[in-house]
Amino acid sequence: MLYGYLPAILEGLGLTLRVSALSLAIACVFGLMGAAAKLSGSRAARWSAEVYTTLIRGMPELVLMLLIFYGGQIGINMLAELQGWDYIEVPPFLAGVLTIGFIFGAYLTETFRGAILAVPKGQAEAALAFAMPRRLVWWRIVLPQMVRHAIPGFANNWLIMIKASALVSIIGLDDMVHRAGLAAASTRAPFTFYVAVALIYLALTSVSIFALSRLEARFSLGVKKVQF
Amino acid sequence: MQWQLILDSLPLYVEGIRTTVVLLAISLLSSFVLAVPLAVARVSGNPWISRTVWFYTYVLRGTPLLVQLFILYHGLAQFEAVRESAAWVLLKNAWFCAWLAFTLNSTAYTTEIFAGALKATNHGEIEAARSYGLSGFTLYRRILLPSALRRALPQYSNEVVGLMHATAIASTVTLVDITRVARDVYANNLLVTESFGVAAAIYFVFTFTLVGIFKLLERRFLRHLHSQQTLSKPKTTPTPLATPHANPNY
Repeated sequence: MLYGYLPAILEGLGLTLRVSALSLAIACVFGLMGAAAKLSGSRAARWSAEVYTTLIRGMPELVLMLLIFYGGQIGINMLAELQGWDYIEVPPFLAGVLTIGFIFGAYLTETFRGAILAVPKGQAEAALAFAMPRRLVWWRIVLPQMVRHAIPGFANNWLIMIKASALVSIIGLDDMVHRAGLAAASTRAPFTFYVAVALIYLALTSVSIFALSRLEARFSLGVKKVQF
Repeated sequence: MQWQLILDSLPLYVEGIRTTVVLLAISLLSSFVLAVPLAVARVSGNPWISRTVWFYTYVLRGTPLLVQLFILYHGLAQFEAVRESAAWVLLKNAWFCAWLAFTLNSTAYTTEIFAGALKATNHGEIEAARSYGLSGFTLYRRILLPSALRRALPQYSNEVVGLMHATAIASTVTLVDITRVARDVYANNLLVTESFGVAAAIYFVFTFTLVGIFKLLERRFLRHLHSQQTLSKPKTTPTPLATPHANPNY
């Protein structure tokens, strides 16, 4: 099948999935930190989170990716030179994952902030009134309840991220799209390979939509649906 | 920071800006023209029609734009019949393929946005219009579309900004847009701020220009909602900014 290139493409799929999943984890960390900063009492924290989300959302992912990929490499080596270390080569995989995670962290910041605000204030107040420490209030009261509100936005971002992972082929990662390009060049059948890759992406997004709608149903147990 | 280099490459950036703006403008125009009838078809009572449109938007929204562009630009050349056909003059042109890919992709998202707004029409409005004897085309032209397109403005502005950001992908098929210029400047000088930094700044300005334009449009076309809001609660609504290709009906 696919002129014998199917295993190679599937290997590329593995990389695509690793990039997407790891970026998602990093984006969640950035997103939660961003949301916490935006809702915090410190003016400096609020400001830096605001600058972070505004800057990131104001430019294309591809440009940011190139900016962070090349700029990060140079920045790290300038630092290394100051410290007198040897030349550090940032692996493209790490750079790609960190970049996508950093970018989508900005989008998730907004999702998480909205979701946290959607949790009734009384919940946290009641916990505080029981003398629960702040950290525990976050962990046991606010976060579990915000998940339900965060899922739709989270799902959207995940779907966009899967598709954005195709861009890592441009910064030289050997993902599905890159593999398809190589296979297309040697077999002269670009249509076959790009359509195959598109179908794999379609399968990925379809499975994700199904899984996330199940997850949403799970977290919405006991929530009354509006009846028209 | 080498200001001289930025100054020297300024003419290139101006060319790049022109490419990006033209590409964005023609893609937006054609996708809007296609999306309005498709949105009407999407909410049609006939399941065959609405399912067909749903299938189109589902496939286009479920695959990366980069791959769609590659299928059109690199892929179609695989077929002898395409290369022999009269359409090949267009299909071998990067401009045409980029325009087609962006139009098809943006049409899918825009259709869903408009269809969502149509579905949110108050039932009373349709009943009132029907009781006045409006039906079919007139009902859509006079009642449904004007209010639905207004309601869709905030989301549509996200799609427009998203598409503007997506035009950066045109740099992968030989079009010399802002991103391509930045990549060339970087390749020649290996200076990041002077290349990608400048491009990022230009896109940033574009984003906020578009957001500003849509704010004005919203103030004009959603005034009825605005006045209601100030009566009940003097609260400023934060404009949702640029979620590229975010879609509520994922």
